[in-house]
Amino acid sequence: MHSFIFHRATSLADAAKLLKQAEDPRLLAGGQTLIAAMKLRLVAPTELVDLSGVAELAGIRREGASLVIGASVRHSEVAASDLVRKSIPALAALAGGIGDRMVRNRGTLGGSVANNDPAADYPAALLALDATVHTDRRVIAAADFFRGMYETALESGEIITAVHFAVPQAAAYEKFPNPASRYALVGVFVARTDTGVRVAVTGAGPGVFRQAAMEQALSRHFAVASLDPVEVPAETLNTDMHASAAYRAHLVRVGAQRAVARIA
Amino acid sequence: MLVKLSLSVNGKPVSAEVEGRTLLVDFLREHLRLTGTHVGCDTAQCGACTVHIDGMAVKSCNLLAVQAEGASVLTIEGVAPAEGELHPMQEAFRQHHGLQCGFCTPGMVMSALDLVKQHPDPSEEEVRAGLDGNLCRCTGYQNIVAAIRAGARALHG
Ligand SMILES: Cc1cc2nc3c(=O)[nH]c(=O)nc-3n(C[C@H](O)[C@H](O)[C@H](O)COP(=O)(O)OP(=O)(O)OC[C@H]3O[C@@H](n4cnc5c(N)ncnc54)[C@H](O)[C@@H]3O)c2cc1C
Ligand code: FES
Ligand code: FES
Repeated sequence: MHSFIFHRATSLADAAKLLKQAEDPRLLAGGQTLIAAMKLRLVAPTELVDLSGVAELAGIRREGASLVIGASVRHSEVAASDLVRKSIPALAALAGGIGDRMVRNRGTLGGSVANNDPAADYPAALLALDATVHTDRRVIAAADFFRGMYETALESGEIITAVHFAVPQAAAYEKFPNPASRYALVGVFVARTDTGVRVAVTGAGPGVFRQAAMEQALSRHFAVASLDPVEVPAETLNTDMHASAAYRAHLVRVGAQRAVARIA
Repeated sequence: MLVKLSLSVNGKPVSAEVEGRTLLVDFLREHLRLTGTHVGCDTAQCGACTVHIDGMAVKSCNLLAVQAEGASVLTIEGVAPAEGELHPMQEAFRQHHGLQCGFCTPGMVMSALDLVKQHPDPSEEEVRAGLDGNLCRCTGYQNIVAAIRAGARALHG
């Protein structure tokens, strides 16, 4: 990897200042994606700003009808948190299924969301649970935040501080992991909320998306059989060495069926 | 630019100056000559480089040494209770023939020690799921799973 200047930010304001002063900086959270990318020289920042010492990004708490998880919270913390397990058990299960034990012990919510890998798990939860991404500048709805492959609404130098998840009546996440990488070949997050049913799909297409036809069918009648007549078009889905678009479309249906069966 | 680093490795305080880009695994192997931590893939896939940071298993090939600032790092060299003795988990690997070439073993043991903290008496399924991040090219895993279950019983039984 290319050499760089390393900074340890001491506060959110300090991190923002360091980003502003640097030529081509990057934030460092768990490093589980960034360090691999730097080793491959896919990215070569001149400066790294480490967020691990920024207290404002830590912690999990309930705020009214929302579950708030700090950007620096690691996947293993979310999986083990009593508060998450009680409020949104599907989210704890999702975090517990990311990668492997060692990746979960380092990788963070903020890093995963900022990276917006098209096969990452968290984006499905954010979209299905109508979450908002809080940054040091503003609040962004999940629907506006994810912008296709590896692209987000984040501006240069903007720092995610936390994600606010609306606590649903019930939810379930069903993932078909790629057996080698553990990323989602297809992941389907189904949430039953006061305003209707939301179904978000990751891994299948160029970015996370909502399956509107399934949502309508399930909002009318929440049952596995409601999904039978719903068409899952394969045209917009990915074909790669792991699976064809048609197979992914099939997995979207099976994933949704299993998730609904677990809730109903 | 060199960065000052101080941490504890296997219970001993360590201070050094490293480049920001020095990987934790390279710091352990090259600077401290703790070569029990192996590099199998260098791409965060195989788990041979697994060490503990503050009690949690991590892949040291996918971390910068400076990310371990102030932390307590445990490597395979630090698990045995005394010189010439084996940790109960290491002993279980020996007894159950949980290794052939031994290349993956340090990572397997470090991962297993984290796993049994979470599951003091793990089922076969829990061990297999818990080893998602560790690859072995020799054993077919059968005896590794048996060793970890026996090691857990020896530790907690
Ligand atoms: C072997 C392996 C398997 C994996 N399997 C899965 C899986 O199954 N599912 C899954 O979803 N993911 C998986 N991952 C990815 C993992 O979840 C990463 O932890 C995650 O993508 C990035 O989080 P991080 O904290 O490590 O971020 P980093 O790697 O430190 O950063 C990632 C990017 O986010 C930016 N960033 C970090 N924090 C912030 C912030 N607060 N505000 C703004 N930008 C920020 C960084 O600048 C960088 O560009 C896997 C990774 C590995 C190595
Ligand atoms: S060498 Fe680190 S995971 Fe393979
Ligand atoms: S014993 Fe040879 S790689 Fe596992």
